[in-house]
Amino acid sequence: MKPFITYTGIVAPLDRANVDTDAIIPKQFLKSIKKTGFGPHLFDEWRYLDHGEPGMDITQRKKNPEFVLNQPRFEKATILIARENFGCGSSREHAPWAIEDYGFRAILAPSFADIFFSNCFKNGILPIILPAETIDDLFKAINKQEGYSLTIDLENQFVILPSDNKINFQVDAFRKHCLVNGLDDIGLTMQHSETIKAFEKNYYQKNSWLL
Amino acid sequence: MQAQTLYEKLFESHIVREDAGTYLIYIDRHLVHEVTSPQAFEGLRINHRPVWRSKSILAVPDHNVPTTDRSLGISDPTSKIQVETLDENCRHFGLTQFPMNDNRQGIVHVIGPEQGSTLPGMTIVCGDSHTSTHGAFGALAIGIGTSEVEHVLATQCLMLKKLKTLEVRVDGTLNRGITAKDIALALIGKIGTAGGTGYAIEFTGESIRSLSMEGRMTLCNMAIEAGARAGMVAVDDVTISYIENRPFSPKGEELEKAKVYWRTLHSDKDAQFDKTVILNGNEILPQVTWGTSPEMVVGIDGMTPDPQKENDLSKRKSIEDALAYMGLEPNLPISQIHIDKIFIGSCTNSRIEDLREAANVLKGKKIAKNIMLALAVPGSGLVKIQAEKEGLDKIFIEAGFEWREPGCSMCLAMNADRLNPGERCASTSNRNFEGRQGQGGRTHLVSPSMAAAASVHGHFIDIRTLN
Ligand code: SF4
Repeated sequence: MKPFITYTGIVAPLDRANVDTDAIIPKQFLKSIKKTGFGPHLFDEWRYLDHGEPGMDITQRKKNPEFVLNQPRFEKATILIARENFGCGSSREHAPWAIEDYGFRAILAPSFADIFFSNCFKNGILPIILPAETIDDLFKAINKQEGYSLTIDLENQFVILPSDNKINFQVDAFRKHCLVNGLDDIGLTMQHSETIKAFEKNYYQKNSWLL
Repeated sequence: MQAQTLYEKLFESHIVREDAGTYLIYIDRHLVHEVTSPQAFEGLRINHRPVWRSKSILAVPDHNVPTTDRSLGISDPTSKIQVETLDENCRHFGLTQFPMNDNRQGIVHVIGPEQGSTLPGMTIVCGDSHTSTHGAFGALAIGIGTSEVEHVLATQCLMLKKLKTLEVRVDGTLNRGITAKDIALALIGKIGTAGGTGYAIEFTGESIRSLSMEGRMTLCNMAIEAGARAGMVAVDDVTISYIENRPFSPKGEELEKAKVYWRTLHSDKDAQFDKTVILNGNEILPQVTWGTSPEMVVGIDGMTPDPQKENDLSKRKSIEDALAYMGLEPNLPISQIHIDKIFIGSCTNSRIEDLREAANVLKGKKIAKNIMLALAVPGSGLVKIQAEKEGLDKIFIEAGFEWREPGCSMCLAMNADRLNPGERCASTSNRNFEGRQGQGGRTHLVSPSMAAAASVHGHFIDIRTLN
């Protein structure tokens, strides 16, 4: 997992509430055997005018010019901002995989669905909860200014505005530690590999029939 | 030492470390199938991580395999890719796999115990919720998601919080014709599909002790449908004699040593459970589900419910919706429900004993005219061979059943076996959710003998009234 310390990026405004995992990545793509390659199908039904199926050549597809990510000024966006209850729906991890694969590193919203929220951390994405009014102000500012970008200072827990104003946010200390150090759950457990080996030695001595 | 429940014994013997209530738990056995493993293996490759203990793994394709002639291969391209990806991953990482054409292939929860790779005292995981099945051996067996599959592959450990303990005690003796499936459904009918949420269930009592290992597996298999992540039964002579002489089970001196430990795998006399539910074994009737959740269940002498009699509005609505989906009227006697298809199979009821039970009912009989299709799908290649040795295949075929190759089949309709919209099925599987056995399909969960009896009569019938 890529470490997340301080990050600056263009912000794309997705002005919707209750963005569910089916909208993030439609279910026909869940049959895939991969965890990469979902980026081109992120928000597939909103992004394209035709119906998407796995294996389609996306360069041949008709994009929806109205959709925010198709607008030239947001093409390079790597931070997403949306309304409440982002990520509701399925517990499958395809949604954060698609978001990560597309290139988003952080999502700002007034609230997130639980499982999606914790799946984000497992996949190197920082979900930030901010008050609804703050989110609303950000939407307005983004729409006013071309190339609007934010800096996220995870260590000090600030979202830094172009004006240099700082907005503080909360994050679980343990999850922050993992993101800052680029540790997914596995990386974290791997830090205890000596403890696991010591456990095994003792365990197989006692339970030799399992060897 | 303080008295402990079986769950506590199993949990505590596998703690590698603890951090504020989150435990790193060592995993003994990892069962792998084609649907939930590909992304986990891909994760290992991307991060250049090896498999921690390849010996702990037993892999098998089951969800996507055809149950008809396999020499033709798999026709559905996505199914084919999943199965081939498992083959390739097992080759690449050097894992033991029973591929599709191996006669040891079968449903992952059937082959683990059959091979002796499920043993008492183990922690067992699989990327599948019905992993609870293996708890029948006095093991701690839990279903996990794909990212946890990757975590266990890479570290041999899983991060877990402690569950609460629920004792389900079934006193007394079961009546003739009553099976573990009926106990499971009766329990879910009583406590609901969320009744076990947050708990590990231990099944105790006289009725449970009298069950064979097959029956105990059926029961633990359904623990997940009661909301519990794990179900288990204490070790006794029945457990130990099942394990002896299986390909992966310990032999000679090691076996003797193991037995001494296995004998300790029961809850201590004074152990405290967080909750206890008691069922009376001799009051349990043959069960039939009428709705779209396993808790929507009644005894064979019952009727579909009347939503008008339900005062809770949201419950009333769910009864109405379920009856509408199932195409059933309120107050309809269960024995008047006519069936289109029969499915005997799945990790709940596809073991040799299940097939014997069904064949026993079918012997010398024919399926009713209204039955369009009756499938008998053995849980594994070895179950199939054993059944054929006993002549069970002939009984099924002569009755009008199709005798198939092993796999998950119509339990979740991921392969070609499925219901068409509106078709009604008596099924020995574990989930009657909308669309589970095919879009618009209507599932009634029952035991193998009740499914067999329904196939002969064309409608549900009380197994106890037959000779
Ligand atoms: S038989 Fe059904 S429940 Fe069992 S593993 Fe297969 S699909 Fe899942």
